[in-house]
Amino acid sequence: MIELHQITKTYTLGKRQLQVLKGIDLCVEQGELVAIMGPSGSGKTTLLNIIGCLDKPTLGSYHLDGKEVSSLSSTELAAIRARKIGFVFQTFNLLPRLSALANVELGLKYAGMDDRDLALEALRRVGLADRASHRPTELSGGEQQRVAIARALAKRPPVILADEPTGNLDSKSGEEVLSLLTDLHKEQGITLVMITHDPDIAQRCQRIIRLKDGLVVSEERT
Amino acid sequence: MKRRRTVKFNRKFSNLKKWLDPVYSAWTSIATHKLRSFLTILGIVIGIAAVIALMSIGRGTQAQIMSSIQGLGADLLGIRPGMTMAGGVRGGFGSANTLTFEDAEAIKQQVPYIAALAATFSSYQQLVAGNQNMNAQVIGTAPEYMFLYNLEVADGAFFTDYEYQRGARVAVLGANVKQTLFGDESPVGQQMRIGGNIVRVMGVLKAKGAVWASPDDAVIIPLTAMQQMVTQSRTSRGERVVTSIALKVTDQKQIELVTQQITDLLRSRHRIAPGASDDFSITSVQSVTQALSEATGTMTMFLGAVAAISLLVGGIGVMNIMLVSVLERTREIGILKALGAKERDIWGQFLTESAFLTLTGGIVGVVVGCGVSLLLSKLKVMTTLLSPDIIILAVVVSLGVGLFFGFYPAWNASRLDPIEALRYE
Repeated sequence: MIELHQITKTYTLGKRQLQVLKGIDLCVEQGELVAIMGPSGSGKTTLLNIIGCLDKPTLGSYHLDGKEVSSLSSTELAAIRARKIGFVFQTFNLLPRLSALANVELGLKYAGMDDRDLALEALRRVGLADRASHRPTELSGGEQQRVAIARALAKRPPVILADEPTGNLDSKSGEEVLSLLTDLHKEQGITLVMITHDPDIAQRCQRIIRLKDGLVVSEERT
Repeated sequence: MKRRRTVKFNRKFSNLKKWLDPVYSAWTSIATHKLRSFLTILGIVIGIAAVIALMSIGRGTQAQIMSSIQGLGADLLGIRPGMTMAGGVRGGFGSANTLTFEDAEAIKQQVPYIAALAATFSSYQQLVAGNQNMNAQVIGTAPEYMFLYNLEVADGAFFTDYEYQRGARVAVLGANVKQTLFGDESPVGQQMRIGGNIVRVMGVLKAKGAVWASPDDAVIIPLTAMQQMVTQSRTSRGERVVTSIALKVTDQKQIELVTQQITDLLRSRHRIAPGASDDFSITSVQSVTQALSEATGTMTMFLGAVAAISLLVGGIGVMNIMLVSVLERTREIGILKALGAKERDIWGQFLTESAFLTLTGGIVGVVVGCGVSLLLSKLKVMTTLLSPDIIILAVVVSLGVGLFFGFYPAWNASRLDPIEALRYE
C-alpha cells in the first residue's frame, strides 16, 4: 500500500540546510496498523506529511497504491489527499465556525462525494449523531476528535494517518478515541498509521517503527 | 421518509448546489465578522451610491439644458458674420462687419422654405428709468423675433409691424431688466431712456430662465428705431450692418437645402471667390444641441469619475480586509488543503467572498444612490435623471471591483504551503 524508498527531506533555513529525513525505507501493507514512535525532532511528522501527500520528499521514491507520487504536481497531490487519505490531527483542526456535520461534509466535498447522508452516517459511527448541529466549541476535546475522525472516515479512504490523536486528550476520552480508531481498522480494513508517544498505545498496533534523527532505528512486531 | 426525500432533492439540485456552495461558505465566513463585513461593504455602498447620484445629477442637468434649447425649436437657423482678418490675426466669430440688413432682405425674397426671418442689430447701452439705471443688451429687431424665439409676453404687448414700419421708439423689456428698473410696478406706458433717447415701454416678457439665448436680461426694440438711435456702420457698398440674422424654416427636413441656398446667395452677394472661405457662419439649433450635449456629457463623465475615486477607495478597503481575512484563516486554509482542496478551490472561495462583499455593497449602493437621486429631485434641489444603464453599470462595476481587488488576496491564500498553514497559530 505504502512503499517508501530512500526518502530524504531537506529544509533550507536561510543558509543552513536542515536534513530532517535521511533516507527512510518503509513499507506498510494494506490494512496494517502501524505506530511511529521517536523523540521530538526525529522527523515523525515530516514522514507522516510525506506519506499523506501534504509534503514532497527531496529525494527518494514513494509509491502509494502502486503509483509513484513523489513527482506529482500540487494539484494532483491534492486530488490524492481528497480521495485516499484521511488525516486526524493532535489539535483536531475543525473549522470553529461550522457545525460538526458541516465539518464532516467538508471532508466529503473535495472528494466529490457531497452527501449529507454519508456525513450523518460517519457521525453516527463515531457516536455523535445527536451532536450534528453543535459547533466545535460546544463539544468536549474527545468529541471534537471523534468529529475529526468522522471527517476523515466519511469518504472511506484506504489510508488514515493520525498524528498523536490522543495527545491533547485526558486518558478516558483518549481511550475512547483510540478504541474507535482500532475498531475502524478492524471493521473496515483501513490502513492506519499513527504517531504516538505512548508505549501502551503503540503496543496495541501491529508494528512499531522507531525513528531517530531522521532514520528508522528499529522495527518490531508486537 | 423525510431523509429519502432530502436525498432526492439533493441529487436533483446537485448542480445548483455546486454553484451555491461557494456562495454559502462565503456567506458563513462573512457572517462571522459582522461589523467588519458591514464596514467593508459600506465603503462600496458609498462609492456606488455616489456614482449613481452624481451621474443622475449630470444626466438630469444635461436633459434640462437640452430641453431648454430644444424649446427654441430644431427648425431655427442663425447667421452671424465671419471673422475679421487684421494683419493675419484672426478675430472672433461675429467680429467682422460683413452681414447686412440687405442680406436679410435678399434671403427673405430669394430662399424658399422660410417661415419667418429677423435681422438683429444689438449693442450694450445704458438704460435709465426714474432713478434706476443699468447696462444691458439692446436688441434691435423685427416683430418676427418673438415668434422665432418662442417669446411670451407677461404684460403689455410685443411691438408689431405697425411700430416697426414707423420706427416707433418703443421697448419690450426682459424680465430681469424690468425688475431692476421698475421693481414690482407695471412699466407699460411709462418712459425710459436708452442711451440718450427716450422710449416708451410697450411690454414685458415672461421670464424664461433659459441657459442659452435668454432674453431675460435684454431690451428689445424695433430695428428701425435702433437705426435712428445708434450709429450703425455701413459696408463699403453702403449696406447697413447687422449683428445676426435668425430664421425659421417651414420644413425641418429642408434645413440643409436652406443652409446651402443661403450660403450660395451670401457668397455671391459678398463676392467671395470660389475656394475662399465664407465670411459668415450658419448655425442650427441642432448643431448647438450637439455641441452642448457633448459638453454636458463630459461633465457627467467627470462627475462619475470623481465618484469612481471613492469606489476605488472602497475597493482598496475590500482588498485590505481580504488580506487580513486570509492571514487570520491561514490555519483553515491548511485544513482545507489537507482535506484535499486544490489551489483553485481555495482561490475560488476567497474570490467568491470578495465578490459577494462588493456585489452586496453594489446592490445596496444602487438602492441608496437611487434614493438620494429621487430625493434631490423631489425636493427640487436638482434635476436628476436615473437610467437603467447607470444602474447596470454600477452593479457590474461593483462585481468587477470585488474580483479585481480580491484577486491578489485569493491568490495569496491559494499559494499557502499546507504544512506551514497547519502550523500557523
